[in-house]
Amino acid sequence: MTSPEIIETIIARYQGDETRLMDILIDLQDELGHLSSETVVQIAAALKIPQVNVEQTVSFYHFFAREPRGVYTVYLNNSVVAYFRGAAEVAAAFEEAAQCRFGEVSADGVVGLFQTACIGMSDQEPSALINGHVFPRLTPQRARELVEGMRAGWTILELKGTGFGDGNNAHPLVRALVRNHIRVPGLTVFGEYHPGEAIAKVTQMSSGEVIATIKAASVRGRGGAGFPTGMKWEFARRATGEMKYIFCNADEGEPGTFKDRVILTERPQMVFEGMVIAAYAVGARQGILYVRNEYRYLHDYLESVLEDMRRRNLLGASIGGVPGFHFDVSIQFGAGAYVCGEESALIESAEGKRGEPRDRPPFPVEKGYLQQPTVVNNVETLCSVVQVMLKGTDWYNRMGTEQSKGTKVLSISGDCDRPGIYEVEWGFSVRDMLAMAGARDVQAVQVGGPSGACIAPGEFDRVLAYEDLATGGSLIIIGRHRDLLRDVVLNFTRFFREESCGACVPCRALTGMAQRILERIIDGKGRAEDVEHLKSWLGIMRYNRCGLGQTALHPITSTIKNFPHLYEERLDQSDPRFAPTFDLAAALEDYAAATGAGTE
Amino acid sequence: MSAGTPTGKKIVATTSLAGCFGCHMSFLDIDERLLDLIELVEFNKSPLDDIKTFTKDCDIGLIEGGCCNDENVHVLMEFRRRCKTLVALGECAIMGGLPAMRNTISLQECLDEAYRLGPTVADSNPGRIIPCDPDIPRILNRVYPCHEVVQIDYFLPGCPPNADLIWDALTSLLAGKELALEYRTFKYD
Repeated sequence: MTSPEIIETIIARYQGDETRLMDILIDLQDELGHLSSETVVQIAAALKIPQVNVEQTVSFYHFFAREPRGVYTVYLNNSVVAYFRGAAEVAAAFEEAAQCRFGEVSADGVVGLFQTACIGMSDQEPSALINGHVFPRLTPQRARELVEGMRAGWTILELKGTGFGDGNNAHPLVRALVRNHIRVPGLTVFGEYHPGEAIAKVTQMSSGEVIATIKAASVRGRGGAGFPTGMKWEFARRATGEMKYIFCNADEGEPGTFKDRVILTERPQMVFEGMVIAAYAVGARQGILYVRNEYRYLHDYLESVLEDMRRRNLLGASIGGVPGFHFDVSIQFGAGAYVCGEESALIESAEGKRGEPRDRPPFPVEKGYLQQPTVVNNVETLCSVVQVMLKGTDWYNRMGTEQSKGTKVLSISGDCDRPGIYEVEWGFSVRDMLAMAGARDVQAVQVGGPSGACIAPGEFDRVLAYEDLATGGSLIIIGRHRDLLRDVVLNFTRFFREESCGACVPCRALTGMAQRILERIIDGKGRAEDVEHLKSWLGIMRYNRCGLGQTALHPITSTIKNFPHLYEERLDQSDPRFAPTFDLAAALEDYAAATGAGTE
Repeated sequence: MSAGTPTGKKIVATTSLAGCFGCHMSFLDIDERLLDLIELVEFNKSPLDDIKTFTKDCDIGLIEGGCCNDENVHVLMEFRRRCKTLVALGECAIMGGLPAMRNTISLQECLDEAYRLGPTVADSNPGRIIPCDPDIPRILNRVYPCHEVVQIDYFLPGCPPNADLIWDALTSLLAGKELALEYRTFKYD
């Protein structure tokens, strides 16, 4: 087929619906390798929308390529934990073998090397995506072998070899090298579970009773903010709209977090069953599981699970034999944008647009997807819902603390012997978690990812709970031997700068300025007033529209608070009247090169 | 550092670096108040009195323009050494201003356009020579706002800051009072 024919076929696959632009672009990129300017023009013409509407979506997501990115496209993770585990050496091996630098495609067009933010494999770094498939636990030797394989024209399966991971990672529809590393299975998400039982029970109740049960159990959102789930459902149920939607947010992009990947691998039925219960409570007809592009290797498997649930009448028309209870779930993939984990950005993205957070109010429960009432729940929240409905509120409330009921699935990574998944009751102290994970000689723990807090050993007796250390579920352990500012804080700061959608000025501008100031502090050229500026900007950042912008300076401000000496000992002490960063000789180098003048 | 005259007048120096002298022109727009000003201050190095080099330490230095060449840098550093208080006067001193528009273009490209490839070069520069001589300043890789080179104590916004603002700022500074910088003084649209 010629490319215009391919475009036509794919657009027809989505009935020419412009709100399916993400799917259209993802499929087209699979077919064509990249999205050229001509392709963009043709898509716009076929969908009868302005070219700029296509352009802005394509340019927003970093997995959409405007230029060819190689027959094999390598996206090497550049997260903090990846570097802890040797990503720099792996990157060097890739460059040497491929004979090109990161950000480039090899001269023969075979290998493209690119970097990407955390891909949800922090327990098995360094890792890379190659043509959408995960290659975890890389070594320089493995990188060289992979490039050799690419040059020899191997298929992705041949490149993977054998040694698929445990559990469903070895499922014929997954065949991933990924490992689950479930170190401590808890009672909720990884507890006893038989698909369909909760639906059978719920459909005997009224929707009001279901919401009352979730409220009585005090289920709170597991994405990090901890909003009461029952209240969210109640709002959506009361809202008026032609259609109501249930979204499951599986866009986990917070570096260091990977629990949703494991839950979707081992407990997808439970997640979908949770969506069905939410739909029953709210009166929704359609559900969308929004999954980050990094987990596309689970696509066929997740579709087969949905198909199986339809066959068993757990999805589709008259679910559980209840006349009129119709609900089905489709899967929407992202294309590489951390901010889409924010619920209104996620909705925008699912509508085929740039993932820019919306102004609120109105909240999604009133006007969400396609301006209709929409519930967005985290993967783990939906699992909790299923168990609460099955085992009751008393069972659930026996676990956890006063304000944090039930269990929490934690993604633990970094400098420890046993990185992986730990499902524990809320209320565990950081110290206990470190002991469980086999961490010694710890300098700091990043709780809740870069947007959370970086705490020092003096605070290790604090507990994980909404009332103390609220967390979306990740702990990154940072050993004594790390340079906290250079290895961790700078990496996080760059991450936020890269991922800012740019809509709010403080977020767009101050993430960049903060990075520059941090770099000069690390280089020993920062001043005490630089630190004061960074602290004062936190107040300005609160005016940003979404959580990304509001927390984007947390890596810096939380380390200034908890590790002030790391900043103080690096500050420049020279004559304060002259800027330590200005280097006249360096500023004259370009002129010297152009004219032969000296730089003295 | 000692400054001030035996009669208690404060000493002021001014300079225009990579600017257009517009801020100095605006300074002159204080009109007859100049007469009041010279009752209050004595000028040292400044285009106003044509004193080329500092003859004494000063209280206040007014800097117009950012740094586009090494001479600007040396002058600015000299001002920093000799003046107690430095004021960045106007957009170019504060942010680099119009000259900083070249900062997105490499210096080589700028020089090529100006001396080798531009449409007017054929007649004026037949040898396609990029000027380079110990007597002329060397051009920096980009235009730097003053605060990236030395510590600046006050920033007076505007392109140019209007005469009243300069007058108010200067008299406040001389009297040791805080200046109320109203929104309208730097709102131009």
